Amino acid sequence: MKTKIFPIFLIITFSIIFFVFYKGLQNSSIYTPEIKSKIKIPNFQAKEFFSKDKINSDQIFIGNEYYLLNIWASWCIPCKEEHKYLMDLSKKENIKIIGQNYKDSLDNAKNFLAKLDNPYDLIFLDNDGTIAIELGAYGVPETFLIKNNQIIKKIIGPLNQNLLFEIKKLIQ
Amino acid sequence: MNILKFLISIIFLINFFSSDLKARNLETEITKNLRCLICQGQSVYDSDSEFANSIKILVEKKLDDGFNEKQIYDYLKDKYGDWILYDPGFTKNTYFLWLLPILMFLFGGAIILRKVILKKKKL
Repeated sequence: MKTKIFPIFLIITFSIIFFVFYKGLQNSSIYTPEIKSKIKIPNFQAKEFFSKDKINSDQIFIGNEYYLLNIWASWCIPCKEEHKYLMDLSKKENIKIIGQNYKDSLDNAKNFLAKLDNPYDLIFLDNDGTIAIELGAYGVPETFLIKNNQIIKKIIGPLNQNLLFEIKKLIQ
Repeated sequence: MNILKFLISIIFLINFFSSDLKARNLETEITKNLRCLICQGQSVYDSDSEFANSIKILVEKKLDDGFNEKQIYDYLKDKYGDWILYDPGFTKNTYFLWLLPILMFLFGGAIILRKVILKKKKL
């Protein structure tokens, strides 16, 4: 009797282990931390893209308008993919698109805009990536919807049709 | 011959420790305790990704601004959550994690104690 229990026990254990690991295969291994709602944007200083003038963050995000802060770089391929959605949004009156040029060469960035058109109302430079860290960003591309100096929505990765729709719904 | 070997190994050891001490400034210490969020299984210190490099620059800047170690951890925790720290603080989400080893230790100890007492009684 005793000899029969052991193999059955073994089979059951292994099938449970197999089941757990098989289920685990389908889980997404990408960890996205919970984003605290309504984070205040930090105060920072940056250089403007075209004029190289110093601007403060409170000169960029004024009043209770909607701002879309988009972190981009000419070397970032997903940025090219999301560009058409930014162009689409730039036609909207009630939202201002702010670009944050991340660790980029100025010439390449200017070529990028000349080729694909410029959806941004204002661009500032983030050459060492520290402003991105202060905003709590992970890399490029990343997009923040900002109102009243607060981050309402944070999009990690490129924009797509659904996200564009969501943003349009939020700003209506 | 043996004395020579001994001397050489001592010189090597001294060299090793002194170079280790030089590398251990506060910035490396801090970046070693930070998890690189976009890498897998690497600290900010180990990684050469854009994200990690920016954090290194930021830590350096904050140290220049007079931030101390704990303030920098708090600052980054505020931006990225507990996940960025390798050493999770004692919060309501982590108390189980912290207390589990102690509980297991007590439980194991209790089992051993009981066995010992039972054995003594039998003797």
